[in-house]
Amino acid sequence: MIEEGCSLLGCGTDDDRSFTMDDYAGATARWCPGCGDHAVLTAVERLLETEQLPPERTVFVSGIGCSSRFPHYLHTYGFHGLHGRALPVATGVKLRRPDLHVFVVMGDGDCCSIGAGHWIHTTRYNPDMVVLMLDNGVYGLTKNQTSPTSPQGRPSNTQPRGAYLPGLNPISATLGVTNASFVAQTGDWIPEHLYQTLSAGFHHRGFSFIRVLQRCPKFTETLFLDAVRDPKNVELLVHPNGIVAPDVEAIYQNHIAHDPSDLTDAHRLAELDGKVRLGLFYRNASLPVYEEVRREHLQSAEQKLALLNTELDRYAV
Amino acid sequence: MNSSSSNSVESSTATVLEGPPTLIRVPEHTVEVVSDSGEGAQKCGQLFGRTSARMGNGVWTVEIIPAEIQPPARTPGSASGNRIRIGTEPVTNWGDAANVVVAFNEQVLLSRHRLDALAEDAIILIESQWETHEDPTIREEWRTAMEELGQRSYQFIRVPMEEECQKILDIPARGKNMFALGLLAGVYGRDADILRRLIANEFRKKSQEVIDTNIALLEAGIRWAEEHLDFRIEVPIAQGERAMVVMNGNQAVGLGAIAAGMELCAMYPITPATSASHYLSEVFEDFGGVVHQAEDEIAAAGVAIGASYAGKVAFTITSGPGLALKTEFLGLAVMTETPLVLVDVQRGGPSTGLPTKVEQSDLLAAIFGQPGDAPHVVLAPATIEECFACMITARRIAEAFRCLVMVLSDANLATGVQPFPRPEVTTEWIAAPVDLSPVPDGTLPYQWDPEAGLSRRIIPGQPGGMFTATGLAHDERSKVAYGPGVNQLGCTMRSRKLAVFQSTLRPPTVRGDAAGDLLVVGWGSTEGAIIEAVDRARAQGLAVSSLHLRFLSPLEPGLKDIFQRFGKVMTVEINYSDEPDDPYITDENRRRGQLAWLLRATTLVDVDCWTRVPGEPLQPKMIHQAILAHLAKGAES
Repeated sequence: MIEEGCSLLGCGTDDDRSFTMDDYAGATARWCPGCGDHAVLTAVERLLETEQLPPERTVFVSGIGCSSRFPHYLHTYGFHGLHGRALPVATGVKLRRPDLHVFVVMGDGDCCSIGAGHWIHTTRYNPDMVVLMLDNGVYGLTKNQTSPTSPQGRPSNTQPRGAYLPGLNPISATLGVTNASFVAQTGDWIPEHLYQTLSAGFHHRGFSFIRVLQRCPKFTETLFLDAVRDPKNVELLVHPNGIVAPDVEAIYQNHIAHDPSDLTDAHRLAELDGKVRLGLFYRNASLPVYEEVRREHLQSAEQKLALLNTELDRYAV
Repeated sequence: MNSSSSNSVESSTATVLEGPPTLIRVPEHTVEVVSDSGEGAQKCGQLFGRTSARMGNGVWTVEIIPAEIQPPARTPGSASGNRIRIGTEPVTNWGDAANVVVAFNEQVLLSRHRLDALAEDAIILIESQWETHEDPTIREEWRTAMEELGQRSYQFIRVPMEEECQKILDIPARGKNMFALGLLAGVYGRDADILRRLIANEFRKKSQEVIDTNIALLEAGIRWAEEHLDFRIEVPIAQGERAMVVMNGNQAVGLGAIAAGMELCAMYPITPATSASHYLSEVFEDFGGVVHQAEDEIAAAGVAIGASYAGKVAFTITSGPGLALKTEFLGLAVMTETPLVLVDVQRGGPSTGLPTKVEQSDLLAAIFGQPGDAPHVVLAPATIEECFACMITARRIAEAFRCLVMVLSDANLATGVQPFPRPEVTTEWIAAPVDLSPVPDGTLPYQWDPEAGLSRRIIPGQPGGMFTATGLAHDERSKVAYGPGVNQLGCTMRSRKLAVFQSTLRPPTVRGDAAGDLLVVGWGSTEGAIIEAVDRARAQGLAVSSLHLRFLSPLEPGLKDIFQRFGKVMTVEINYSDEPDDPYITDENRRRGQLAWLLRATTLVDVDCWTRVPGEPLQPKMIHQAILAHLAKGAES
């Protein structure tokens, strides 16, 4: 939490500054050509520029995996931590520094396997942050192992006869968590939808969980191929309170009207029935946000000292 | 109290005494209160200890805790309570054996007897209802137990506790502990006003009726003692000049964290660390602090690291199993040079081990437990007062050296209550507000001083400081780099900080002569017992000294020089080591106490050890015997 004397708009920063895409560019991305991560990075840079987020007040937290290199490719603050453990770190940042804009980038192994406990619980804490789960259905960095979201039957180095079990459904799982407040799905091949989803997540007060459907050009090139090739194979969730992207809606004409405040309908639409559905499944801005619930009135050192002496009186002999 | 009076007491519990009681004046005395789990002997013992501290006695208390919440009643495994050692001078450990015991039944007493916890001539105030109980099984249990207890010359005083409480309370079992407190208050002449105030405070969240009943029970106990006991015990009070406070080690850790200006404690419930977070949860928010109960031990470490990375140094508190789970995050804190304080309240291990009992078995895991080279500071408080002070030290070191600091407390300190001089708190201890000023142009996130490895910490929100902290090998700009030179440099810089820190430490003080036949070395909560044992040996004319370490990583300087002035050096620790003459054990394969391993490796001195893992604090007499045995062994060879 920042100290008194610093407004939320910064300390010693020049509020007249304006930022271009270049101001947010970090190191050159070293993902494989054709990797969906590039598209997500571009959408994120566009969001940062559109929202004019001061780079010093923006923090990207990631885990380990291809997607978790993300913070290195931005010129903001970043924390590239442990496999599966981006969410606790991000929660710690937001808990003590609600003035910072916090983004989390994780992969499917990161979020849904090794970090699954944190995924469930941070969804429930509902801290105000944007969470991008870049889901390509495979462990790419460690070279082609089955991930929790790998489709059943897909061969890998660890399950060469094909994945034994049906893939885990991250949307259903997140919707099932008490206090889940924003659950959306988009695809790396529709930049405008990706951006609008990101933007909706950014403007939501709470834990904005966005699953980005991706293909790994090396190992899961054919994942969602039908949907990529033919807009008819995508069902777009549309609603004035949902992801609003008229250009996308014109091309992807297979619309499902879905009010994102309807949780029961969201659960139904999230069912794994072979359909690729993109859009906002659920949003509820009225749920408790952890760092707001836990926000404490900051005390100066002098106030603390007085309180400490009162506290010591309780133990006085 | 002589044997004839004890006999008369034993046979005359129901009659009112004539004439003044015998006054026994002693410099220190040890009291135990034991009941079935849930009968409140712990509360009775705590209040007796606090009252004694407030009156000006030195005090040390140790909890007697069963491993289960509600074990079967009237079984030795159910014994729950408190040992309170009081003295004219400050008391630093739980002593050897109890001189006075209040037992709620004969089975819990039996458990203390079997653990050799009672003095040969202990005075035992025992609930008498079981002897004549309507259930023949219970009467038989009493008879058998008394037969076993009769092997010693304990002096029994039968007290109709239940019967007396019944005069005040419908369900006497609920108030027996306050009656017992009254008995002890009568015997030791405790100030009834202090007791009444403490009881009122203890039950402040209950109704006035509850408070009144408990005070009535206390007074009934005092009256009973006055009317029926023909002795009083006086432990004179040495009035000190300084204002004192009294608390347990976990409360001291919590208060220390507040005094250090820390604002976030992330934890997951684990015995025996949890009571520190209970305490903090009660008061931390008033100070603007947050206790975050995370979903697991790993997340607790992660949240603390995130909060530290973005602001003031945060801490996490755990015990052995939690330390194991947090390991990967601890390595990350070291690699990213994120300041972090971790408190490990050690318990018996390995695995779930002895959750409620003391051990010092996490030392090597704490120092070396992180895969890869992860240099960090490890320190260990030896007293309750140090539990408070070390949090301020730990926060400062973590911040100044951008490093992980581990604090090794233990179950003995966590639950032990001891008075100490009231800290004169100052704003200088409190962490400064987070610096959000712009970072000077050209400052790198790891701009290591080439000699000292120190670098300026940059915090999110600071303009011009943007960088990505990473657990991957990185250069001064925090850029991921795998080159051989880069990794060598990073490891060197992180290690060098420890050497720089060590250069700020003073050599430890030797207690006793600076040279001699034997130096006893300890760490953590054993200091008081070691000193008492060494003092006994010195009083016998033996050339024994002791030394107690607070910093374990890096070790305090000058140890080799000190060790070389003694014929032998031996550590005393509450962790496992092989006995040298055990089957199969040779000098080469012998597994030694953990501090002994460390000291041998560091000093190349042939440091021996004497260690035990009884699940309770070491008694001075055990250490004294070990010293004598060690010196005798030296004389033979």
